[in-house]
Amino acid sequence: MYSQKSLNTDEIHHKHMLDRSEIPALFSSCLPKACIFTSIEKLRPYECDAYTAYRSLPLAVLLPETKQQVIDIVKTCQKYQLPIVTRGAGTGLSGGAHPIENGILLNLSKLNQIYEINHELQYARVGPGVRNLAISEAASTYDLYYAPDPSSQIACTIGGNIAENSGGVHCLKYGLTVHNILEITFVNIDGEVITVGSECYENPGYDLLALLTGSEGMLAIMIQAKVKLLPKPANKEVILAAFNRIEDAGEAVANIIASGVIPAGLEMMDQAVIQATENFCQAGYPTDAAAILLCELDGFDEALQWEIQQVTQQCNQCHATSVRKANNAQEQELFWKGRKSAFPAIGQLAPDYLCMDGTIPRQHLAHVLGEISNISERIGLPVANVFHAGDGNLHPLIMYDANNAGELDKAEEIGSQILELCVSVGGTITGEHGVGIEKLNQMCVQFNSQELIQFEQVKLAFDPERLFNPGKAIPTLQRCAEFGAMHVHAGELPFKDIPRF
Amino acid sequence: MLNQQIQSLCDTVKHAYETKQALNIQGGNSKSFYANHVDAQTISTTDLSGIIEYQPSELYITAHAGTPLQIIEDTLTEHKQMFSFEPPYYSPSTTLGGSIACGLSGPRRPYADAIRDCILGTDIINGKGEHLSFGGKVIKNVAGYDVSRLMCGAFGTLGIITQASIKVLPKPEHEITLLFEHHQQQAKKNIQDWLNSLIPITATYFQNDHLWIRISGLENIVSTIHKKLGGEKIHSSKTFWQAIKNHQADFFQTDIPLWRCIVPHNTNEIVLQGESCFEWNGGLRWIKSEETAEKVFKTCQTLNGYASLFRSKEKPADCFAPMNNQVKKLHMNLKHAFDPENILNPGRMYSWC
Repeated sequence: MYSQKSLNTDEIHHKHMLDRSEIPALFSSCLPKACIFTSIEKLRPYECDAYTAYRSLPLAVLLPETKQQVIDIVKTCQKYQLPIVTRGAGTGLSGGAHPIENGILLNLSKLNQIYEINHELQYARVGPGVRNLAISEAASTYDLYYAPDPSSQIACTIGGNIAENSGGVHCLKYGLTVHNILEITFVNIDGEVITVGSECYENPGYDLLALLTGSEGMLAIMIQAKVKLLPKPANKEVILAAFNRIEDAGEAVANIIASGVIPAGLEMMDQAVIQATENFCQAGYPTDAAAILLCELDGFDEALQWEIQQVTQQCNQCHATSVRKANNAQEQELFWKGRKSAFPAIGQLAPDYLCMDGTIPRQHLAHVLGEISNISERIGLPVANVFHAGDGNLHPLIMYDANNAGELDKAEEIGSQILELCVSVGGTITGEHGVGIEKLNQMCVQFNSQELIQFEQVKLAFDPERLFNPGKAIPTLQRCAEFGAMHVHAGELPFKDIPRF
Repeated sequence: MLNQQIQSLCDTVKHAYETKQALNIQGGNSKSFYANHVDAQTISTTDLSGIIEYQPSELYITAHAGTPLQIIEDTLTEHKQMFSFEPPYYSPSTTLGGSIACGLSGPRRPYADAIRDCILGTDIINGKGEHLSFGGKVIKNVAGYDVSRLMCGAFGTLGIITQASIKVLPKPEHEITLLFEHHQQQAKKNIQDWLNSLIPITATYFQNDHLWIRISGLENIVSTIHKKLGGEKIHSSKTFWQAIKNHQADFFQTDIPLWRCIVPHNTNEIVLQGESCFEWNGGLRWIKSEETAEKVFKTCQTLNGYASLFRSKEKPADCFAPMNNQVKKLHMNLKHAFDPENILNPGRMYSWC
């Protein structure tokens, strides 16, 4: 039923010779038997995260209920040289929590306590398994909230958010996860508990907090975090503008920002997405438009009025065919509903889709969208575009049918070309989804061999035995050599003495 | 661009790596008083000067590390933009690279960004003389470890920064500074209440029962807020905050050791002998004190903060408070990962790193 691929794990060292049947006994002193899964039926739900193109079964899934159990598990894994893949809700889109066949999958979703909401210092102290949205819900008693809001915020956990440095629709104004984390407590590969960061506005020494955020579970296992809470904005407004040309919408985005407005959210959708979402949820989008912009503004009354004026004026000057402000909270919800339904709406058009995540300097938007459409035509699969326009983060959705032989390969080829295009205009292969297993090859395009070796050195500074999530995020030079996309630095051949890592 | 100059720096570092000779990295040499002294051959970044790329609507600026900060900030001002972390100068020769390496943020920090928040990408020369590029020009970027941000506040011990892309923001149209007479307790309570009611405060300074707050925004909004809060509007808002930021104000003219104490902003009092003032809602306290380093470090640590000796004629072995062994080990491992021969600013930040 599914044209599945299995992950190439040649790159991962098989250090131990343990069999699945031996696992429960190894961990019986760490956690209750009921929290150790080794039967195939119980492992099946964990064979992938939300990047579903590849599937593998781990040796075992461990479901600790306390921090101490996590510590004991890590110590045992180190003793027996068992690789550990940490997982939260499994909503990641790049395969960061994809299991390793000879490794343990550590599911932290039971560490889901909110320990403290401190309204004076405005932070929440939470376990890694706490859902993103649950933090804002708990903080709302004090009119506070946690700003980063990835689209999966109902389900995704803060542990996963920190591992991937998740974004969302409000990043331009409120930042990514890295800007909203105050302190992380983690277990290192020796099973020691270490805290970095604080409740203060600054921390001494190297910025380990930043380094750990977005490290895709490859440096440490986070067991507690203090996240920043913000006062809820006084008021917000949502504006919907339609354009006949995608270039005009792109220009409007640049002009809005040049006028001095930093919107809380600024989203763009192309015609394919507009039509799909309109069929799906009737948000009232003009289906004949080539592109629409959705602009959320928040703040103080008069400042807000000034911003509305600016945005309206800039859209009009860029030949918007209509500019509408939502009249009330319900209409605001409706405007957003379309954008938030974009993925499921595309899911109705095609059995499968790949979601890309490249980010580009905004000035190249029109060029990049034009090229994406060329790539899509050349290879022969449709691509729809949703776009966090304010921060340059593109989500081209490549539609395919996994039942048709060769379509996944084609979809991956399109994705690969789109990401290389993003790099070529000075952008990046991933804005908020992470590299995981999905974009390992494109890492070889964005970074040269010396840079990849430097990343590897960072990994070894934390995890010299390469037990934390091996094979993810940072490709081996071997892999890049095979992919054939490695940059040659200063005329030197990078493959002379290929280290295997 | 400046390939020759960068190549020459790489060659110098490569030679130092091969011969295990330490290097003292220098930009504008405006913060040599800060942290430890490195007794080694100087390698200067001042040849790496100039803005590489700046388009206001993209909200970033890319410049060579040795570019004087003043040139960059003047350019931003022309386009009604700014660095939201309001970097301090201490001398006009301050460069972009030095500001990043020292990681210091100015008065606006709690209300906008810290300098580390604004780092989008850095190019560096590591301790092997390799020129590497990390991060990029976009705010959303999660490809690989966040090495570019790691350079911020690392005092050049992990790499020589050659260029950086930094986030910029629109400059508020108008700003005023209001002066109130308050006890410390009352001042901190008021600031918190105003912030909670979303008053656009962008700086706070407290000294001797006087509280100064800066309000920024559209002119009519700022004056409405002035009416609401009261307080005395001071003459030159800009000059006032520059004097605080760059330590030209009277408080900072002293021969007594000046301590920079970072504590949770709701901390009541730091019990140390000496005169003090605060910025950042109380999160940054400057204390002129003859107390021993050990006592100051310990006192701030007990409050969940940390202290550094900012200016002093005599220096202890380390100007920054000691850290626990596990974090220290991670620092040493990272130092080794970037600079295996320990040649880049050895001991500049901590005597052991």
